[in-house]
Amino acid sequence: MQKERIVGKPVFRKEGIAKVCGAARYIDDFSLPGMIFGATVRNAIPRGRVLNIEFGPGIPWDEFTVVTAKDIPGKNYIALINQDWPCLADGFVNHPQEAILLLAHPDRQLLPLAVAAVRIEYEELPSVHSIEESELQQTIVWGDDNIIKSYVMEKGDVDAAFALPEIVIVKGEYSTGAQEHLYIENNGAIAAYSERDGVTLWGSLQCPFYAHKSLLGVTGLPEDKVRVIQVETGGAFGGKEDYPSMIAAHAVLLAMKSGHPVKIIYDRMEDMAATTKRHPSRARHRTAVTKDGKLLAADIEFCLDGGAYSTLSSTVLSRGTIHSGGPYYWPNIRVRSKAFATNTPPHGAFRGFGAPQSLFATERHMDRVAKAVGLTPEEFRRRNLLRTGETTCTGQVIRQQIDLEGWMESALDHAGYYEKRARFDRENTDSLRKKGIGLAVFLHGAGFTGSGERYLNSLVGVDATAEGRVRVLVSSTEFGQGTNTILCQVAAETLGIDYEVVEMAPADTSVVPNSGPTVASRTTMVVGGLVHSAALGLKQTLIASGLLSEPYTSDAFQNAAKSYIAKHGALCSMSRYQAPPNVYWDDQKYSGEAYAAYSWAAYVAEVTVDLTAYFVTVDDFVALQEVGRVLNPVLARGQIEGGVAQGIGYALYEKVVWDRGLMMNNQMTNYIMPTSQDLPPIRVFFEEIPFEYGAYGAKGIGELPMDGPAPAILNAIAHATGEDFNAIPLLPEDIAERLAARTSIAKEMAAV
Amino acid sequence: MRSYPADYELITPGNLDAVLRLLSDEPGRWTAIAGGTEIMVLFGAGKLSARKLVSISPLSELREIFEDEDWISIGSGCSFTQIRRHAGVQRHFPLLAKCASWTGSIANQNRGTIGGNLANASPAADSSPALLAYAAEIELISARGTRRIPYEQFHLGYKKIALAADELIRAVYLRKCPADSFCYARKVGTRNAQAISKICVAATGKLHQGRVEEIRIGMGSVAPAPLHLVGTERVLLGAALNDATIAEARKALLSEVAPIDDIRSTASYRKLIAGNLLEELLREFAAWGDRK
Ligand SMILES: Cc1cc2nc3c(=O)[nH]c(=O)nc-3n(C[C@H](O)[C@H](O)[C@H](O)COP(=O)(O)OP(=O)(O)OC[C@H]3O[C@@H](n4cnc5c(N)ncnc54)[C@H](O)[C@@H]3O)c2cc1C
Repeated sequence: MQKERIVGKPVFRKEGIAKVCGAARYIDDFSLPGMIFGATVRNAIPRGRVLNIEFGPGIPWDEFTVVTAKDIPGKNYIALINQDWPCLADGFVNHPQEAILLLAHPDRQLLPLAVAAVRIEYEELPSVHSIEESELQQTIVWGDDNIIKSYVMEKGDVDAAFALPEIVIVKGEYSTGAQEHLYIENNGAIAAYSERDGVTLWGSLQCPFYAHKSLLGVTGLPEDKVRVIQVETGGAFGGKEDYPSMIAAHAVLLAMKSGHPVKIIYDRMEDMAATTKRHPSRARHRTAVTKDGKLLAADIEFCLDGGAYSTLSSTVLSRGTIHSGGPYYWPNIRVRSKAFATNTPPHGAFRGFGAPQSLFATERHMDRVAKAVGLTPEEFRRRNLLRTGETTCTGQVIRQQIDLEGWMESALDHAGYYEKRARFDRENTDSLRKKGIGLAVFLHGAGFTGSGERYLNSLVGVDATAEGRVRVLVSSTEFGQGTNTILCQVAAETLGIDYEVVEMAPADTSVVPNSGPTVASRTTMVVGGLVHSAALGLKQTLIASGLLSEPYTSDAFQNAAKSYIAKHGALCSMSRYQAPPNVYWDDQKYSGEAYAAYSWAAYVAEVTVDLTAYFVTVDDFVALQEVGRVLNPVLARGQIEGGVAQGIGYALYEKVVWDRGLMMNNQMTNYIMPTSQDLPPIRVFFEEIPFEYGAYGAKGIGELPMDGPAPAILNAIAHATGEDFNAIPLLPEDIAERLAARTSIAKEMAAV
Repeated sequence: MRSYPADYELITPGNLDAVLRLLSDEPGRWTAIAGGTEIMVLFGAGKLSARKLVSISPLSELREIFEDEDWISIGSGCSFTQIRRHAGVQRHFPLLAKCASWTGSIANQNRGTIGGNLANASPAADSSPALLAYAAEIELISARGTRRIPYEQFHLGYKKIALAADELIRAVYLRKCPADSFCYARKVGTRNAQAISKICVAATGKLHQGRVEEIRIGMGSVAPAPLHLVGTERVLLGAALNDATIAEARKALLSEVAPIDDIRSTASYRKLIAGNLLEELLREFAAWGDRK
C-alpha cells in the first residue's frame, strides 16, 4: 500500500481555530435587517381536543404575528418517513409540548410573557404513557392498534431448536430509558422570505435536505424557492436530525406571515421538554443453549416507545432489531419487534439509533446465560463469537477477516481483567465498597440499513475555485464530530495536494448536492468514499487536459486548476453512490446484507459500588474497537471517549422524570449527566483492518461507542454485588432498594 | 431567559448603611442580591417574584473573615472560594472548608456566598450541616442594630427563617473548638460535582474513656429545614460506640428525620442513607477514638 501523507494523521480541525477563539458563529450570533423573534405556544395536556384559545390581558397583541395551522400554505406535516407529524396541532393534541401556536414580535424578551398569557382550554382524552399501556390497546392513540411499525426477523428453525432435548433455556427482560442529547447549543433557526427569492432558512442542524424537504411540503413552494443553510452547529448527537425541520417550518411560517426575517431560539428548558429523546425500550430474551455453552437459538421480543408520532421510529426499530443478535453466531434466531405509540413527545434519532437499546439487553443477557451454564462471561463468549465465513442473524456472510476472540482477549489484557476479577472476588466479602469488572462485546453496522444507501443515492462533488483552491461539495455537516476535517483529508490525500488547500463548500442546499443525511456513522465511510472518487475524477480531468502531469506539487496542482478554469470556466467532478458488489437486502424477509460493513468492539468496565450510599463509580474503562482504517487518530479517539462518557451517563446517571408525557426535570441541575469528575480514565485502543469499500479503508465510528458502556457497566455491577440489574438508568435509589432488602433479609436470617 | 428585564429594578447603593436604610424605609419591598446564583436561576426561568433588587455584592463590610483567639467570623458576603481558601477556616473548621469546596462548581464557588446559601434556606444547602455541627452563631443586622442568635434557631420551617423584612445576615460566628475533636462530613449528591445534595451530613465529637462525651450532628435534605439531630445525639451521649449503640442511634435518627420524595431522590432512599451515613460516621468516630 502506498504511504499516505494526510490520511491517518492528526491534522487540525478545519473549524477548530475559529471555535477555540470564539470566532465561530452559531445561529444565535446571526442577525438580519428587520429581524424579529419567534416563540412557540405549546400544549399542556397529554391528549385531547383544543376547545378554545384566548389571548390573555397585559400583552399588546396587535403588535404580534400569530400563526396557527390555518396559516400553513402547504401541507401540515413535517415530512419524514410518514406524514403524520403535524407542523402545528390543528384542534387535536397528542402529547404535552406539542406546538399549537406561533408568535413573533420584535422584542425578544416579551415573548415568554406572551406565550404564558395564551390560555388554552382543552377537552382531555385518555392517554397512554408506556409500552405496557400502549400494547394493552385499551386506548388507541395511533392508527388502529398503537403499533407504529413491526418486524419479524427469522433465521433457521427457532421452535425446533427450543424443542431439542438436554438444552438449557434462559429468559430475561431488560429495559432502557429515554435519554436527552444535551448538545451544548440548543436548537435554533432563522428564516427569511420574499416573493422573489422564496424561503431561506439558516439553522443549527444535521440534515439540510431533510429540512428542505419539509419546507417544500409546508410552504408548497417549488424546489428552487427553498434554500437551507446549515451554520456552525454546537453538537447534535442525532437530536438535530429530525426536530430542526419542525423549527425551520415554524420560523418560515412566521417569516412568511410577518414579512420579516424571524429568529427562533429554544432555551434549555424548552429544548429538553419539547424535542426528541432516545427511544425507551423493553427486550425479552429467551435463549436455548447447550450444556457446554453453545448458543442454539434466540427468541427475542424487542419493543420501543415511539412517542406520539411515527417520525423515525420505524428505522430506529429496524436497527435495534438487527443488532439484537449481538456479535454471536446464532444457528437459529427470531426477533419480533414493535414500535408502540404513546402520548409522549416523539422519540427520535440519537447516536446508536436503536442499537444501544437492543445491545444492552443482549450483552446483559449473555452474562446471565453464561452463568446458567457455569461458564465465565469471557469463556462463554469465546465459544459463540462470530467468525469469518459465518452468518449474522440476517444471514449476512462475514467476509471481513475478523478476530473477535483475539480482540476480546486484548481488551481483557489491557484491563487486567483476570487478575482483577480474582482479586475483587477475594476482597469484596468484607468490604462496604464492592468492586466488579464487566465486559461487553458488540458490533455496529455502518451506513443506512438494508437498501437505505441505495435509496439515498448520494451525490458528492469536488471542485476548484478560480484561485486554485479545492472545495468539497456535500450536504454532510459538521457538528463537532469532524466531518469537515475528514472529508478535506480524503480530498487532499486523493488529489496529492496540501490539506490547507482544501476547504468545505458551505452546507447550503443551493450550492451543494445531496450527499444524504449526516447520520448512521456513514459520513466517513460512504460520503468519504464518494469524495475520494470525485477527487480522482478531478485529478484525471486535469491530467487529461494536459495542464498537469505526475508527479506534481501542491502548487503545480493549483496552477493547473487555475489555468483550467481560466480556459474552461469551471472545474468540477461529481460522484454518485454505487453499492458494493454482493449487497442484496430483502425488505420483506428482513434478510441479507444489512450493512455494507460492521465495526466491532470489546469494552471492559471496572466499577465500585459503595454500599453506604449505593453509589456506583466507574473506576476504569477500556474501549477496544476495530473500525477499519482510522483516518484521524485524534478525532477517532475523541469519538470513542465522548461516546463512552455518554454511555456512562445512559447507564448510571441520566433519567428523564416523566409525568404523563411531560419531562419534569428539564434543567441540567436535575437531569444529571456525568461531569469530568464522574468519569474514569477512558483507555482507547484501535485495531485497524482496512475496509475495501470505505474511504481509505474506513468504516463507521461515531455511534459504536454508545453501544457498549451500559452493558459492560451493569455486568460489572452484577459481578460486584452478585445481583442482576436489568434496567437502565440504574440509579443509587434502585440499587439501594434491592440491596437493602437483601441485606436486611440476610441479617434477619443470621439472627434466627 | 424567561423574565422581562424591564419589569425588574436593580440598585447598588454601595455601602451597608444605605442598604439598611432602604430596607427599613420600605420593609419587604426590596430583596437583597449577593452572588445571584439563586436569584438569577429564578430570573432565567421566569420565576423570580421579587421585582426590586438591591445589590449587596459590592459591600466590603460583608466580605471579610476575622479571626481572633477564640472565634472566626465570616461575613455573609464571603464567597465559598474565599472560605475554603482561608487558612483559619481550613485549620479550625475543616468541615466548613470541605462543604464550601463541594458546593456547585468552581465558578459557583467564586460567586455564591454563605449568606445567600443560608438566607435561601434550602434544606439541601451544603453549608448548613457544618454550621450546625460547629454550633455556629449568626449575626443579623438592620438599621435598628444587630442581634446574634444560635444558627440552629435561624431556620423556622420550610424556607422560613428568623430574618425580619428589614434585616440582612451580617456574619456567621464560629467558636474554635479544642484541636483534638473528631470531625466528619459527607455529601451524597447526584454526582461528584455540580450536584445538589440528596443528603449531606457533618458532625463533631469527643470521646472520654471510650464513651461519647460530646457530639453534634447536622444533616441536610432530610427535613423541611437543615436538621440538628438532637434526639440521636441524646442516645449517643455517654454511650460506648458499639453495635448496640449504633443500632439505637439509627433508630433515634429515623424518628427525627422526615425526608420526602422529590425530583432528585426518594424518601426511602434518604432514610436508608441517613442511617448508613450515621453508622459510617459513628464507626469512624470509634476508630478515631481507638487510634488516640
Ligand atoms: C449551578 C449551581 C450549582 C449549585 N450547587 C450548589 C451546591 O452544591 N450546594 C449548595 O448548597 N448550593 C448550591 N447552589 C445554590 C447557590 O449557589 C448557593 O445557595 C449560594 O450560596 C447562594 O448564594 P448567592 O450569594 O449567590 O445568593 P443570591 O442568589 O444572591 O441570594 C439568594 C437568597 O439569599 C438572600 N440573601 C443573599 N445574601 C443575603 C444576606 N446577606 N442577608 C439576607 N439575605 C441574603 C437573597 O435575597 C436571596 O433570597 C448552586 C447553584 C447553582 C446555580
